[in-house]
Amino acid sequence: MMRSTLMALLKRDITLARKQGGGFGAAVSFILAVVVMVPIALGPDPNLLQRLAAGMMWLALLLSVLLTADRIFQQDFEDGSLDLMTMVAAPFEMIVLTKSIAHWLMVSLPLAIIAPPLGLMLNIELSQLPMLWAAMITGSLALSLLASLGGAIAAGLRRGGLLIAILILPLYIPVLIFGVASTTLMMGPQSSLPALLVLLAITLMCLVITPIASAAALRAYLR
Amino acid sequence: MQKFANPYLFLKMANAVLPVLWVVTAVLFILGIYGAFGPSPADYQQGETVRIMYIHVPSAWIGMFAYGLMAFASAIAVIFRHPLADAAAKTAAPLGAVFCFLALVTGSIWGKPTWGTWWVWDARITSMFILLLLYIGYMAIWQAIEDQHLAAVIARVVALVGSLILPVIKFSVEYWNTLHQPASILKMGGPTIDKSMLWVLLIMALAYTTLFMALHLVSLRTEIALRKISNARLSEIRGR
Repeated sequence: MMRSTLMALLKRDITLARKQGGGFGAAVSFILAVVVMVPIALGPDPNLLQRLAAGMMWLALLLSVLLTADRIFQQDFEDGSLDLMTMVAAPFEMIVLTKSIAHWLMVSLPLAIIAPPLGLMLNIELSQLPMLWAAMITGSLALSLLASLGGAIAAGLRRGGLLIAILILPLYIPVLIFGVASTTLMMGPQSSLPALLVLLAITLMCLVITPIASAAALRAYLR
Repeated sequence: MQKFANPYLFLKMANAVLPVLWVVTAVLFILGIYGAFGPSPADYQQGETVRIMYIHVPSAWIGMFAYGLMAFASAIAVIFRHPLADAAAKTAAPLGAVFCFLALVTGSIWGKPTWGTWWVWDARITSMFILLLLYIGYMAIWQAIEDQHLAAVIARVVALVGSLILPVIKFSVEYWNTLHQPASILKMGGPTIDKSMLWVLLIMALAYTTLFMALHLVSLRTEIALRKISNARLSEIRGR
């Protein structure tokens, strides 16, 4: 009963995102803009760009996911669907988690797949690509979960975007640090696997904490 | 503690304790500052600038302690619904943020003559800066949401999530710092802190703690007064 409810919600959110645009277009444009601005700001020297490429792509991924954070709950909150969702057979935390996963599938995951090849424009080494993919795909779930936490905290506010940024960016820092570490360490004697595993651990921790926190915040707004 | 859920009893306690607290704070500061300039020695490496340590380190300690207090108060608010817990967290935040900021600024001033630079992306300094951002985010919640009861619930979530992720942030910043090995930094006050410096440091730490407690109580008193005013205004509007 619960599973069919959650699957229906997932399908609904994915369909809505596909038809209306859940922010993927805006996020991709943002990543492209960053990829253009970085060499313009720092100069076209390929060696410099290569050293910065992994970090810059991660930063672009972070900021573009954050851009879409306020849409995750906004529409449903405004038209009353979120109110109805608190009354279904599934716990509200699972509803929130399902919406976060829909966001991940339609926004963060595609971005995480597109970003590494775009890094080639910043002269990233081809050998770094597989690890960058692995790290970004692992981290993208954490990014979506934390973004949905931000969206939940600012759900009832009108200009929530900037507030979400100041709240969630510090929480993104561990993901950023271990994400970049798992890519750049490959170039040295150390293995980058530990960093990737810690990234996975952080994602799992977010998987538990953020739905509970997001649900608590949303319930306060819905009262 | 349950007794002080009644704001009237809390105010009675606060009014009784505050003068004593101010006197104790003043005495401790006088002792500490005398100790900082008098008996305690200049460092063998840093010379007189080591005396900045006596205001820098306690500032940092209180900056971190205030966040713990905020998280603890938020937890009490969630579990026991203690009416003053939210106010305690709300008022601790600006104080903690100021002490955190002072720690960064005094550290920067200390760093210029000793390390030659105003800022360094050292693990501890970076963590303190991130803590400042967490404080600012928390204070922004109270500002952004008009309904104070709603703001209280959201603020609890923010404080608790922040305190859960804070160890992860600290750990990741330490890791990041060992990856990008910076130039070696002179350690504070030599390899182990000498007893002649330690007692001054502890007195200053105690002075800062009592200062924070006094300021916090004053802040809570103000917060209760503000609530009374807004309640009086609302009942006047309803009464019409």
